Amino acid sequence: MKITLHVTPDITPRPLVAEVILETRVLLNIDWASVKPKGGGGEVAIDVPHDQYDQVAAAFEKRGATITALVQPVIKDDDECVNCGACISVCPTGVISFRDDWSVQMDLEKCVQCGACVTMCPHAALKVGKY
Amino acid sequence: MAGKTIEDINAKIADGSVHVVTAEEMPDIVAELGPDGAAKEIDIVTTGTFGAMCSSGAFFNLGHSDPPIKMQKVWLNDVEAYAGLAAIDAYIGASQLSKSRGMEYGGAHVIEDLVAGKSIDIHATAYGTDCYPRKVLDTTVTIDDINQATMCNPRNGYQKYNVATNCSDRTLYTYMGTLLPDCGNVTYSGAGVLSPIYNDPTYQTIGLGSRIFLCGGQGYVTGQGTQHDPANNFATMMVQGDLKQMDKKYVRGATFHGYGTSLYVGIGIPIPILNADIAKATAVTDADITVDVLDYGVARRSRPVLRQVTYEELKSGMIDINGREITTSPMSSFHDARAIAGELKDWIQKGTFYPTLPVERLPGTGVECKPMKQIGEQPTVADVIAKRVITIQQGLTVEDAAKVIMEGNFNHLPVVSDKGRLVGIITAWDIAKAVAKNKRDKLDDIMTRAVVTADANEPIDIVARRLEQHNISALPVVDKHSRVMGIITSDDISKLVARR
Ligand code: SF4
Ligand code: SF4
Repeated sequence: MKITLHVTPDITPRPLVAEVILETRVLLNIDWASVKPKGGGGEVAIDVPHDQYDQVAAAFEKRGATITALVQPVIKDDDECVNCGACISVCPTGVISFRDDWSVQMDLEKCVQCGACVTMCPHAALKVGKY
Repeated sequence: MAGKTIEDINAKIADGSVHVVTAEEMPDIVAELGPDGAAKEIDIVTTGTFGAMCSSGAFFNLGHSDPPIKMQKVWLNDVEAYAGLAAIDAYIGASQLSKSRGMEYGGAHVIEDLVAGKSIDIHATAYGTDCYPRKVLDTTVTIDDINQATMCNPRNGYQKYNVATNCSDRTLYTYMGTLLPDCGNVTYSGAGVLSPIYNDPTYQTIGLGSRIFLCGGQGYVTGQGTQHDPANNFATMMVQGDLKQMDKKYVRGATFHGYGTSLYVGIGIPIPILNADIAKATAVTDADITVDVLDYGVARRSRPVLRQVTYEELKSGMIDINGREITTSPMSSFHDARAIAGELKDWIQKGTFYPTLPVERLPGTGVECKPMKQIGEQPTVADVIAKRVITIQQGLTVEDAAKVIMEGNFNHLPVVSDKGRLVGIITAWDIAKAVAKNKRDKLDDIMTRAVVTADANEPIDIVARRLEQHNISALPVVDKHSRVMGIITSDDISKLVARR
């Protein structure tokens, strides 16, 4: 599952993610990170295996970071989507595919929030989710 | 067998005994019963397609204002419509962009919003006459407030369409969607097995006067579409229908990022099965329809054909290009094409839709789709380049380069290897920066190595766009061995354009 880590300026200099990986021995995958200039803190979007979420969340929280779970990394507006599938071929991680009835489905676990599908969609049906 | 007539078929619709199937169901039926048997069994085959059709638009009549106006220019939600018609008639085209919102909103979206019943702001200007004194008009209307709103699309329902990929090294934004560099993806369009014209490729039942499903309402084919090209299986049609009958689900404004707006139009054509020949044609499958895969990386009218594929291969989700499996995606919706063929089938079974035969079939011969006649020579790079280009040898110093640039009084200095091959470029600005940072010795440290170049045979317009895209002001012109033949600058191009 996707989580977003919010860190305050006082703890940004620490190698937080590395510490948590070493402590929990959970393999974390970083989708993106954004650290604001001087004193602004930052955010890191991380992919965590479902069953190890509690352990990872506790390790981060112990270090003073807050965590929000990202329910939907990409949001599709079904009223706008025409199920063309244009978004399928630009997705780097194969999130989007056709069902048997040619409607599109998304395997959001794989999404890295790159936004390529958002740009491709001719019907403005997609947006990158905020937590 | 003796065929059926359209009257026979319509009588069966009236008494509820008509037998309708979609074009997806037909191949199996023909395989089982043979064309004769299928023609006896089946009365109508419905087709469907739902995709971007840029050559679409609508006429509308606003009704007269008081005092009256003869609109000279008119905007609907800030999208200009063509008003060179009678006083309050205008035509809005799908790909016209909004003055204020640009590509995000265009004529296609205005048409969708009208069909959805939303309010549209109208602004019109005029020069004023004795009979039409008013000069400015502002009002807000919905589709119910205006008189006629008639969709009239000069080119729709392409029989099939070329497939797009991109062999160049940068991302392209096209009417076929985003094309990733290095053949990173493949996009295609068209309904394949459900394609209206492919199910009647000799137009026995399609032409002026054929009644069709148009965006959820009943419309008509009004003749051949523009660029109709029967010889190459690129037939098209012109269609017309009443916007007031339409369903928003099947009229959708679209934006292709970096390209512009277009309208997704839903069309379903019923093919009355009058004889075995027609039945046989409707047995067409995705595997029978072949299209070219084109390299959109070449921005010319004739793009290189990389290979041919069938719709069956395209719909499998991957095709092989130069030994690599590349992901495909459709730009048109097969899901909705199917819904359209299904809905049309429903209408006929319920007796609310009666097919017609055309008064005049689409022409199958005697039409030719010609390229544009262009007068005057298209200038190429060779016509404008400064041929006496000065270059500098790799390995020299920043000071040496500075001297050459000073003496020559120009801005761009290509750097060449001892074999005369282009290895970099240096500008007066690069030198100024280097001097300011006290980096005066090796040229290699400060030159740009990934040089954007031009070919002597390229048209000027393509090179001008390349300069713009890379935000640079000059390109070395090289031959196929990377030897510098000259240099072309934006100044050269501006001078040429000023002369044109
Ligand atoms: S945001 Fe990127 S990774 Fe996520 S679905 Fe869209 S294209 Fe795929
Ligand atoms: S590109 Fe947009 S409209 Fe097409 S399937 Fe994807 S989300 Fe839906």
